[in-house]
Amino acid sequence: MGVVKVHGIPLSTAAMRVMACLYEKELEFELVPVDLRAGEHKKEPFISLNPFGQVPAFEDGDLKLFESRAITQYIAHQYAGNGTPLVCPDPKKMAVVSVWMEVEGHQYDPAASKLTYELAIKKFLNATADNAVVEEYEAKLAKVLDVYEARLACCKYLAGDCFTLADLHHLPTMQYLMGTQAKKLFDSRPHVSAWCADIMGRPAWSKVLAMQNKA
Amino acid sequence: MAAPVKVYGPPISTAVSRVLACLLEKEVDFQLRNVNMSRGEHKKPDFLKIQPFGQVPAFEDESISLFESRAISRYVCEKYANQGNKGLYGTTPLEKASIDQWLEAEGQSFNPPSSSLVFQLAFAPRMKLKQDEQLIRQSKDKLAKVLDIYDSRLGQTQFLAGEDFTLADLSHLPNTQYLMNATDGKELFTSRSNVARWWAEISSRDSWKKVVDMRKPPSS
Repeated sequence: MGVVKVHGIPLSTAAMRVMACLYEKELEFELVPVDLRAGEHKKEPFISLNPFGQVPAFEDGDLKLFESRAITQYIAHQYAGNGTPLVCPDPKKMAVVSVWMEVEGHQYDPAASKLTYELAIKKFLNATADNAVVEEYEAKLAKVLDVYEARLACCKYLAGDCFTLADLHHLPTMQYLMGTQAKKLFDSRPHVSAWCADIMGRPAWSKVLAMQNKA
Repeated sequence: MAAPVKVYGPPISTAVSRVLACLLEKEVDFQLRNVNMSRGEHKKPDFLKIQPFGQVPAFEDESISLFESRAISRYVCEKYANQGNKGLYGTTPLEKASIDQWLEAEGQSFNPPSSSLVFQLAFAPRMKLKQDEQLIRQSKDKLAKVLDIYDSRLGQTQFLAGEDFTLADLSHLPNTQYLMNATDGKELFTSRSNVARWWAEISSRDSWKKVVDMRKPPSS
């Protein structure tokens, strides 16, 4: 194993996604801070690590990667023997993990990220939430969570009996939204609510949150 | 011999055609089952059983039912690793990581603005819906920024993930095909020389030509 580095900040949802994975896998890593206010992420040398100018970027020895969900999949497969299993060796089970990872990325995240920005990030920036946007995206997230409610009525976790990357990927935005009015969308759906409590209560996730307190 | 796999959805759907391109690259026999979306078939209980978000495609083989085109494609590549285009999803962990990186870039950065444009420029006129000029402008601006990054990348490597055509490139075929045929969308690609070179190469693959043949493109 090379030296593992995550370039980013503890408050970034995408960086948190990667760190949650590293903590679950019990892998040592260094968080290399990126000064977003100074625009460090839009200049060299960061741009060479992620040409899209976004955090996080990731290094494992000579390997450099960007896109948090590609990074977590690399870590989960490469270090399959370490810590918590986050993917499945069985191809059919892995396909189901893959389905729900795509659901998180394409159905859940667009609405959850937009709401996180309006209801949580804007507070940091001393800006006011756009109520029309909040209403629109709460409705979108509600529809997605209705599907999740039905799914989690038959399965303890999204991909089946075990916690996997498909669940983990939701944690950062879920954490933010639980501190806002959008909490009601999760709390009002009993299976979703139980699943949230379960995955947010994982020790590895607490370690990610502890990094924010240090910042 | 295994029965053909089943793909549910019309070939004009970008996500359906992503899966079809992958199946053709991997030389996997398939049956295409239409879903009559103008009659709301995709929102009816029978279809929701196999795709709970009421979208196309859905996929079935003898052992599993799946949805989400990129998940279906990854499964097909893994299951049929030893046939067709064997390098489509990489043959080593490092190759796979690079492909996943650009697949995520496609899904997170390229897909949102390009999908909006595909709907506005290719589908809205056909459906007799008013085009949203502001959304078109915003989507073009966003897509232009993404394509600048692609143009730089494709100046360093032949394809997005490296020197070979992979699932990462394939994933871009459906949206780009529509935009290249829309009067307003083509210039974004043709004005960037590396992107233009890359498009010419990936769109001339036999597998993609077959997918295009399967569609009746909407008039733009």
